[in-house]
Amino acid sequence: MAVTMHRFANPTRFLRLAGAVQPWCVGLGVACLLGGLYLGLLRSPADYQQGETVRIMYVHVPAAWMALFVYANMALASAVALIWKHPLADIAAKNCAPLGAGFTVVALASGSLWGQPMWGTWWVWDARLTSVLVLLFLYLGYIALVNAFDDPTRGAKAGAILALVGSVNLPIIKFSVDWWNTLHQPASIMRMSGPTIHASMLTPLLLMAIAFTLIFVSLLLINMRAEIAERKIRTLRLAHGAEG
Amino acid sequence: MTAFAELCRRDLRLALRQGADAAMVIAFFVLTVVLFPFGVGPEPNILARIGPGVLWVTALLAAMLSLDRLFQSDLDDGSLEQLVLTPEPLSTMVLAKCLAHWLTTGLPLTLVAPMLALLLNMDGEGMLVLIGSLLLGTPVLSLLGAVGAALALGARRVGALVALLVLPLTIPVLIFGVAAVDAALADLSPRPHLLLLGALLLAALALCPWATAAALRQAVE
Repeated sequence: MAVTMHRFANPTRFLRLAGAVQPWCVGLGVACLLGGLYLGLLRSPADYQQGETVRIMYVHVPAAWMALFVYANMALASAVALIWKHPLADIAAKNCAPLGAGFTVVALASGSLWGQPMWGTWWVWDARLTSVLVLLFLYLGYIALVNAFDDPTRGAKAGAILALVGSVNLPIIKFSVDWWNTLHQPASIMRMSGPTIHASMLTPLLLMAIAFTLIFVSLLLINMRAEIAERKIRTLRLAHGAEG
Repeated sequence: MTAFAELCRRDLRLALRQGADAAMVIAFFVLTVVLFPFGVGPEPNILARIGPGVLWVTALLAAMLSLDRLFQSDLDDGSLEQLVLTPEPLSTMVLAKCLAHWLTTGLPLTLVAPMLALLLNMDGEGMLVLIGSLLLGTPVLSLLGAVGAALALGARRVGALVALLVLPLTIPVLIFGVAAVDAALADLSPRPHLLLLGALLLAALALCPWATAAALRQAVE
C-alpha cells in the first residue's frame, strides 16, 4: 500500500493522472447531482409529518457527512505528509480545508433553514449542531494557521500537526458536548427515529452523497493542480530573477 | 531531571522578575468577572446561576492572554534552539515550560477565583469544587495552549491566532469544569465531572508535550 502511494506521490505522475480523472469526476458528479436533485425534489414523497421541508435533507445530510469525511481526509493527508514528507500530501491537506469548511457552512445553513419550520427556531444548542459548529471553528483555525506564515511550507507543516491534534480532540469534543447537552436540555426535540427510511427517499439521498463526494474530489484535484502550477511559476520566476 | 527542574526554575525566575505578565493575567481575570454584574444586573440569584460559567470562561480567556510569551521570547534570543539541541527529550523540556507557565498563570487564577466566587454569590461547597476543578483544568489549558503557541511561532498576528487555534480544543475542559461546580451547587456529586477532568489532564500530559515538541522542531528548522 505504501509503495503504490509513493508511486503516485510523484507530482508529474499525479498531474497526468489527475488530468485524466478530473473530467470523469466532474461529469459523473454533475450527473449524480442532477439525478439526485430530480429524484429528491420532484419524485420522492413528502414526509407525512414534515411535509415538503423534508427535501432539505437531500442537501443537509450529505453536506454534514462531507464535513466529517473531509476532515478525516485532511487528517490522513497530514499524517502522510508528516511521516513520509510527501509535498503532494501537504498540498492535499491544505486544499481540503476550505472545501471542508464550505461543506460545514452548507450543513449549518441548511440545518438552520430546516430548523425554522420544524422546531420554530433558527438555532438550538443541540449536541449535533454544536459539534458541527465546533468543527467549523477547527477548520477556520487550520486555514488561519496555514496562511499565517510568510513561508508556505512552514504553514503546511504547522497545519499538519494541528489537523492531527484536532482529529484526536474531535471525538473528545463530541463526547463532552453530548454530555453537556444531556445535562442542560430536557428530552431533545430532534430525533430521527421512526420507521427506517424508505427506498424512494434513500435513493436520492445516496445519489446526492455520491455527487457531493465526486464534486469534492473534482474541486480538490483542480485546486491541487492550480497550486502545483503556482509553485512551478514561483520557482521559474525565482530562477529567472537569479539569472537576470 | 535536573535539566527539568533547572528550566522550570529559570522560567519562573524570568516570570517573577518581569512580574507584570502574571499580574496582568490576574488583573484581566478580576476585571472581566467584575464587569458581569454590570452587564446582567446585580440580582444575587442570576449571579449565582451564571457564576460558575462566568468564572470558567474568563479563566479560560485569561489563560490565553499569556500564551504568546511562552516560546516567543526564547525563539527571539535563540535559547529555543539550544533547548532543541539539548540531549534531554524535547517533550520533557516542554513539560517543564508548561509547569512554569501553569505556576505563573493557572495557579494564581485558581487562588483568586474563590474571592471572585464570593462576589458572584457562590456558597462554600461550590467554592471548594470550583478550586478543585480549576486545579485539574487549568494545567490542561497550559498544555493545550503550549501546542497552539508552538504552532503559531513566527506567524503574523500571533495573539489572535493562538486563541483561534486553542479555544475550540478547550471546550471539553470548560464543559466538565462548569458541570462539576453546577453539580455541587445542585447538591449532586461533582465526582464524575472531576474524574473526567482528571482523565483529560492525564491525556493532555501524555500527548500535548509530544505535539508541542514536534511543532517546536519545525519552528527552529
